[in-house]
Amino acid sequence: MGDHTDIDRQVRTYIIIFATLMALTFITVAISRLHLPVPAAVALALIVASIKGGLVAGYFMHLISERKLIYWVLWFTVSCFIAVLLLPLWSHFDPIQN
Amino acid sequence: MEIPYTVAERPDTGLNNGKIGIWLFLASEVMLFGALFASYLMMRIGATAGTWPRGDSILNVPLATLNTVVLISSSVTMVMAWASLKRNDFGKFRLFQGLTVLAGFGFLTIKYIEYSAKFHHGLLPSTNTFLAIYFTLTGLHGLHVIGGMVINGYLWGPGSKLWKTDPEHFTNRVENSGLFWHFVDLVWIFLFPILYLL
Repeated sequence: MGDHTDIDRQVRTYIIIFATLMALTFITVAISRLHLPVPAAVALALIVASIKGGLVAGYFMHLISERKLIYWVLWFTVSCFIAVLLLPLWSHFDPIQN
Repeated sequence: MEIPYTVAERPDTGLNNGKIGIWLFLASEVMLFGALFASYLMMRIGATAGTWPRGDSILNVPLATLNTVVLISSSVTMVMAWASLKRNDFGKFRLFQGLTVLAGFGFLTIKYIEYSAKFHHGLLPSTNTFLAIYFTLTGLHGLHVIGGMVINGYLWGPGSKLWKTDPEHFTNRVENSGLFWHFVDLVWIFLFPILYLL
């Protein structure tokens, strides 16, 4: 019985998250219509995408209540991903001078 | 001999094998798409000023927005399929799982319309760097959608026999395939603004 109450609560959360994701999708498109300067546009787009991604990961993928081992795996992965992004960037902005 | 911890949780990690396995696989997928995102970033900042097109000048934003709605909706139906099994409602599970697979078909159909229009206008991966990375990223993502549909279709169809003999094991399988499907949705959540709106 307790289980059913938990699941019912989770289902209500899923519906709220779904509505939030829809709203954020249309906000993303609306922001793009403003034709902001590129740095601002990129920053805003990534912030909204990260919020949406966080909601999907946290609630649909149940990360918000997952075990420590999964968090360790993900933190390690994210660190490697950031390195894959930043190292080439660093080399781009620090070219070999002739 | 039964493989241990397919349903029961390992006492040291608190997780069953499938859960650890799928998360490790998703970690590898983060690196796969991450490398391509990094490539996009490097090519964009390395491009001569004014030569990198705005996504919305070449790509179909309304269709891609519709695709985003379709994929997010499919994520909801996927998690509802799992929740239905937790509520012991196999009928609802089949409904939501079926809707998830159908949404996948919808996504691919819209993608087909987009790609066809591009090819019809002579816009190919070889046309320029932007289109090369666009087709690579969305093409790889599309292959993942197909893969997810195959697994979800199997669990909707012949794979659902396991519900009768071992419902908890079947629920775990649905949860794990759901994790993959949510990841596919997550990738699109980032692909959409990066390719279409910037």
